[in-house]
Amino acid sequence: MIVRLLGEGQFRVDDDLMPTLNELDAAVLRAVEAGDERALWDGLQALADAVRGHGTRLGDDELVPSDAIVPPEDLSLDEARDLLADDGFIPGAAATA
Amino acid sequence: MPGLMSRMSMIIKSKFSKALDKAENPNETLDYSYEQQLQQLQNVKRGIADVTTAKKRLELQYTSMQQQVDKLDGQARDALKANREDLAREALSRKATVQAQLGDIMAQGQQLEAQQQKLVEGEKTLAAKVESFRTQKEVIKAQYNAAEAQVRISEAATGIGEHMADVGMAIDRAKDKTQQMQARADAVEELTAAGTLTDFTSSGSDDIDRQLKEISHSSQVDDELAKMKAEIGPGEAPKQLEGGEEAETTEASS
Repeated sequence: MIVRLLGEGQFRVDDDLMPTLNELDAAVLRAVEAGDERALWDGLQALADAVRGHGTRLGDDELVPSDAIVPPEDLSLDEARDLLADDGFIPGAAATA
Repeated sequence: MPGLMSRMSMIIKSKFSKALDKAENPNETLDYSYEQQLQQLQNVKRGIADVTTAKKRLELQYTSMQQQVDKLDGQARDALKANREDLAREALSRKATVQAQLGDIMAQGQQLEAQQQKLVEGEKTLAAKVESFRTQKEVIKAQYNAAEAQVRISEAATGIGEHMADVGMAIDRAKDKTQQMQARADAVEELTAAGTLTDFTSSGSDDIDRQLKEISHSSQVDDELAKMKAEIGPGEAPKQLEGGEEAETTEASS
């Protein structure tokens, strides 16, 4: 499957890694719920490291949609909350379509 | 509640599927999409230029704040030399405040620097992807087969749209960060310039400077006075009385 690290690019990772990534993602979610920014950053870092460590970077000329997208590692709690709210936090992304 | 990873994917995908639903004639859709990509690429370039400019301005401000620190340091030294420990203390406390802000701004500036490098990298990747899309669209057009073309258009357009959103978002975040730092630097500079950084001072702008000037003035007067006294030597009683009167008058007028 294809995972995008926002601000960095897309990686092709083995499907076997999915449970690990889901676990890390859940930890990130818990950090947001607990309002712990430090834990949020650590979680996102761990997530990104797992993708980088186990995946291969996609070439610049490959045009494929991602199956999952990892938010930036310095995501603030506010941004994360916006992301989990209905609107999402990419205002103007519709305009870039 | 879905996690951030899936949530993020859902948001980004939903933004692009709307545009793709209209895909009826692949040729038109592909050309239109390509044109939009070129425009978007221009926007990205402009965005990076904006961030770079803002960062430069921040660097200039940083330098001027650094000068402010040096100046306060010099003032503290001068004050101490003049035996005005209170003034020296005041200057040093202002210096510490500005320095603390400087440290924060520098750390954030380094993050911004890294982000900026990523942006430039992202722009390069985007340019490569747009070029790749251009080639692919010609291939899809040539081998046109409705159903298959639809899928490939959708894939390519979503893939590139996702990347455009990524770079666009990175630029927005970098801009936000620059603005935050700028606002902070502005505030510190203003406060320092107005001399209102701390509550100790009741008087206005560069009261430390003014008081220092007074000290140097009075020490100059003292020096001259001492010199004069040495030249003249201990005179007769009436003359000394005259001098004393003069000194009283100056004191009263000041």
